[in-house]
Amino acid sequence: MTVYLDHAATTPMLPAAIRSYADAMAVVGNPASVHSAGQNAKRMLEEARETVAASLGCDPIEVVFTGSGTESINLGIKGLYWARSGAQARSGAQARSGVQALAPRRRILVPGGEHHATLDTVEWLERHDGAVVEWIPLDAVGRIDLVALAAAIERNPADVALVTLIMANNEVGTLQPVAEVAALAAAHGIPVHVDAVAAYGYVPVDFRALAAAGVSALSVSAHKVGGPVGIAALVLGRTTVVEPLIHGGGQQRKVRSGTQDVAAAVAFAVAAGALGADPAAETARLEALRDRVVAGVTALVPDAVLNGDPTASGRLPGNAHFSFPGCEGDSLLFLLDVAGVSVSTGSACQAGVPEPSHVLRAMGRTEVESRGALRITLGHTSTDADVDALLAALPTAHAQAARAGMADRATGG
Amino acid sequence: MSGGVDSAVAAARAVEAGHEVVGVHLALSRMPGTLRTGSRGCCTVEDSMDAQRAANIIGIPYYVWDFSERFKLDVVDDFIAEYAAGRTPNPCMRCNEKIKFAALLEKAVALGFDAVCTGHYASILTDAAGNKELHRASAEAKDQSYVLGVLTADQIAHSMFPLGTTPSKTLVRAEAAARGFSVANKPDSYDICFIPDGDTRGWLGERVAPATGDILDREGNKLGTHEGAVAFTVGQRKGLSIGTPAADGKPRFVLEVRPVSNTVVVGPREALAVKEIAGDSYTWSGLAPEHPEVAFACHVQIRAHSDLEPAIAQVVTRQDGGIEFKILPETPLTGVSPGQTAVVYIGTRVLGQCTIDRTVSAVPLATDSAATAPLLSSASASPATVNA
Repeated sequence: MTVYLDHAATTPMLPAAIRSYADAMAVVGNPASVHSAGQNAKRMLEEARETVAASLGCDPIEVVFTGSGTESINLGIKGLYWARSGAQARSGAQARSGVQALAPRRRILVPGGEHHATLDTVEWLERHDGAVVEWIPLDAVGRIDLVALAAAIERNPADVALVTLIMANNEVGTLQPVAEVAALAAAHGIPVHVDAVAAYGYVPVDFRALAAAGVSALSVSAHKVGGPVGIAALVLGRTTVVEPLIHGGGQQRKVRSGTQDVAAAVAFAVAAGALGADPAAETARLEALRDRVVAGVTALVPDAVLNGDPTASGRLPGNAHFSFPGCEGDSLLFLLDVAGVSVSTGSACQAGVPEPSHVLRAMGRTEVESRGALRITLGHTSTDADVDALLAALPTAHAQAARAGMADRATGG
Repeated sequence: MSGGVDSAVAAARAVEAGHEVVGVHLALSRMPGTLRTGSRGCCTVEDSMDAQRAANIIGIPYYVWDFSERFKLDVVDDFIAEYAAGRTPNPCMRCNEKIKFAALLEKAVALGFDAVCTGHYASILTDAAGNKELHRASAEAKDQSYVLGVLTADQIAHSMFPLGTTPSKTLVRAEAAARGFSVANKPDSYDICFIPDGDTRGWLGERVAPATGDILDREGNKLGTHEGAVAFTVGQRKGLSIGTPAADGKPRFVLEVRPVSNTVVVGPREALAVKEIAGDSYTWSGLAPEHPEVAFACHVQIRAHSDLEPAIAQVVTRQDGGIEFKILPETPLTGVSPGQTAVVYIGTRVLGQCTIDRTVSAVPLATDSAATAPLLSSASASPATVNA
């Protein structure tokens, strides 16, 4: 029996979502078709959009379904950048305002330690499209330095294309002061994109409140909340203009062309609808489990270091992220896996190779410290028995991983 | 599991032999290419996927272990340094010595494993006293015992080579197909995995700064200039660009590369023949012989896939107090270069290996005193009698 403690990677689909998914797939109809089969599909799709919108505190028209959280983030960042930096956008603004020709907006302000969907997107824009990326530093718990952000904006607010940031870090779980960031940007009319993929379902995501603070676009993904992989959403404020990545039939405000996946949207909606049931109780339940993990791990391995914000209000309720000095994260992962406990090193993989965590590096840790990291994330199926199994397997796994040490490192040989 | 057919079949056989097996793919490059090009490469994304698919079919867990830093230091950088020093290294051997049966084995043992099992074509046999011995594979054409010649007794005791007794690679491919492995017909990998296009000279040229130097004949007369000694390898004929022909009108070959003086020595083809090989760095495979200081008959292999040559060998204490492993081939050998490894066999058994530091040409110069010195300290061990 496998104990699954990697809910941040993906969480089990809700049985009700699976049933709805299968049922909806059996229904024929393209929601863009005019006939009654098309209208029926359209009804199912829009009901789903309403439910998803309700879970995010936005209007249905603001929900743009995409194929993945990564696509949402790409659309949010590239779409805003292209809309804001393009010569057309600037000449239009010039015509309306009557002011002199403006230099193109090139700067993208982004904290270090973002998910690769953001890192690689802004770096791509830098290489291919003239963007100037400015990395805003994180503090030791992974929170953005607001003073540095304010200074970066103030240096020349007119040339900032956008600000993008993660709402809750997917590795260490630290929550970012999104509203404060948005307020700094909004003071100069700078749009803000929020990557809420890791946050959605675990902390309240209220787009209306965030939009009031200055957020323009927000990305979430269905499979992080018990829906299927393959559907996600970009919440796009009514007045927010983005250039599309995909061109075609003009579906979804012409922002994301392509036949819409009704069945996936229906299943997404079932999972989104289940979030509203009793969020405070679920948060408290996850926090209690997480606190048992933290207390248990630090008792068993006294030199283990909890990464991210140690206070309950500063991190995701289901996230416990540790560094184990002298151990390779992938050794620990392997040994726990063999013992039937699925956890993660949390960091990105290339050909299955765990990289030293760029998040811990951005938090000021050394490369060696960034290697012995393990992420344990709890979710809707997690129980006390799961935590017991982890804590039972950890001492042996840790002792063995410590013996293996850094055998594969030039510095450890 | 490299993602090739051999390691996949080896893993399947180990499972069927009753072992608890975990598939491990070594990530040896920090920047794996996205796709395989031709038959080359051993650490692309595609190879990793192939290995994982084989593990799925066998029904074993699969992990990628990252040894890229160690690989760069111990294999790639060493390869460059050896070439820059005018030697010809074998990086696959170095990888076996430093990575597969060292860093990987160390980590595996620490994590609770008993042995590293690979798809090498070689056999491990046990002698009457229970000592493990490394032997040539049944499939002589595929034999890889040469590149395992660096393994020590302890490493052999923690190794498994399930393909060693298979008569041919064809049978291994047929078995892979029968097991449903997608890699059954995947081409063999050749050459050096970290030089994907196979252009070793070009690759080295980008990493070793070239410097103009002299081309000399064996007597030390300057014949011309070259644009970097690293571009030359012993036995090479082309690209010497010497204006004047040799006195005898015969083509000249590279006999020696001297990195310290940045000179290349050339001479007639006959002078390439080597009658003596010696090196200071040697190891025994399995149980060491009791009296290596007494000359003994053996066979020697000096390159992967080269033939076994009858020889006599001996550990010799030099006049300067240094100890070296000396090998006298029965017939002079060509294509021998410092840096290469000479693996010594007794019958099919790998006895040990030495990295070649020095060679003595079979064609003596009038002034060459080394050619007239006694080759072995034991007067009784004349090649003709020992090898009879």
